[in-house]
Amino acid sequence: MDTNKDNREGIGGMANPGRYGIERVAYWLMRLSGLGLLVYFIAHIYETSSILRGEVGWNELMAMTDTPEFHIVLIIVIGMCVFHTVNGIRVMLGHGGVGVGRPTRPDYPYAPASQNTRHKIAIYSAIVLAAIAMVYGSTVLFGV
Amino acid sequence: MNNTIKLRVKRSATDDFDEFTIPVQKWTTVLECILHAKHQFDHSIAVRYSCRQATCGSCGMKINGKPSLACFTKVSEIDSDTITVEPMSNFPIIRDLAVKFDRLFENHRKVMPYMDNTPPESSRMHIQSPAELDKFIQFANCIKCGLCNSACPTMATDTSFTGPQALAQAYRYVADSRDKDKDKRLRIIDDSHGIWRCHFAGSCSQVCPKGVDPAMGIQLLRGYMLGLSD
Ligand code: HEM
Ligand code: SF4
Ligand code: FES
Repeated sequence: MDTNKDNREGIGGMANPGRYGIERVAYWLMRLSGLGLLVYFIAHIYETSSILRGEVGWNELMAMTDTPEFHIVLIIVIGMCVFHTVNGIRVMLGHGGVGVGRPTRPDYPYAPASQNTRHKIAIYSAIVLAAIAMVYGSTVLFGV
Repeated sequence: MNNTIKLRVKRSATDDFDEFTIPVQKWTTVLECILHAKHQFDHSIAVRYSCRQATCGSCGMKINGKPSLACFTKVSEIDSDTITVEPMSNFPIIRDLAVKFDRLFENHRKVMPYMDNTPPESSRMHIQSPAELDKFIQFANCIKCGLCNSACPTMATDTSFTGPQALAQAYRYVADSRDKDKDKRLRIIDDSHGIWRCHFAGSCSQVCPKGVDPAMGIQLLRGYMLGLSD
């Protein structure tokens, strides 16, 4: 029998973005990018603290991170940063009740007003802007 | 469309699916398919239902993975000849498709879903304009089916969360011009497992069969608490 007595969907169900539209995908990307940025932020403090070991220490770390693998990580960080910021602004407005529609007398087939086009455009813009920033980042980092 | 579908029913005793071939017509609902299987093949299938018209809120289940009302979902709306029914997630299972609603009702009760009905001193009755009615009537459509709580990603990991159903009902009363208990109600949901746990993923609103749009209610309520909307 199931040991999970509440039959909770758990992290798998929380993350599964397939069933509930682009808003759920945005929710999932927001978490992932938030956590990714947190990890990057900690790593970044570690990286820049190498300055405490003087110019030699700094240069050593710069040389270590100047590899294609690290560049790919940076490009992903750029994408996460742009998506998280743009979608973050959307989410903050939404959380304050801005742009979530007005209550009405609902009529079948009940399109939920909070899942409106404005929000969908904002989500797709966040994704597109992140992609553009990533492309620009790769041209700078890989110099193509 | 074929005249039969394959119905796969999740059974709690075996933790596996039983399959049935069910004859259907354009208007056959998923609930009717389950009842056909129950009457013709296996009467031990546990399913809860009552009104068969999306009014009582008892027949919520996952239909092909998505929380839906079985009586309100026609086979012809589903783009598949195989229909898989499972109990709603985030609710304890009683048996097969029937789940326990204790916590949903407890959370609903917790947000004080009623009004202090003392009329204003100046009059013997409450006067409410149509515009004031419009502010909450949408949220009053809730039938407590629990589909929203089953779809909610916060509920998926935190069953102490008040949940979209109860939070939307909190707003239904807060938005009511006759309500005198706003502060009490707001104090109840202003909790670490309360309204601040909502991340506006919107899945509750995607599955709500009554157009309640709980995600809207929750954000408007949060806006009200933050002083951003009236
Ligand atoms: C202008 C920049 C930023 C904005 C506008 C922003 C906005 C937000 C918002 C609104 C949320 C809540 C999302 C939700 O309710 O689901 C959030 C979550 C989060 N953010 Fe940011 N953020 C920014 C930068 C950052 C940075 C630099 C980091 C990392 C150091 C970060 C890490 C996180 C984390 C870990 C979460 C929690 C994720 C979750 O629980 O879903 N954010 N951010
Ligand atoms: S808000 Fe909608 S989905 Fe949630 S319990 Fe009420 S009617 Fe069901
Ligand atoms: S049987 Fe009443 S809502 Fe489906």
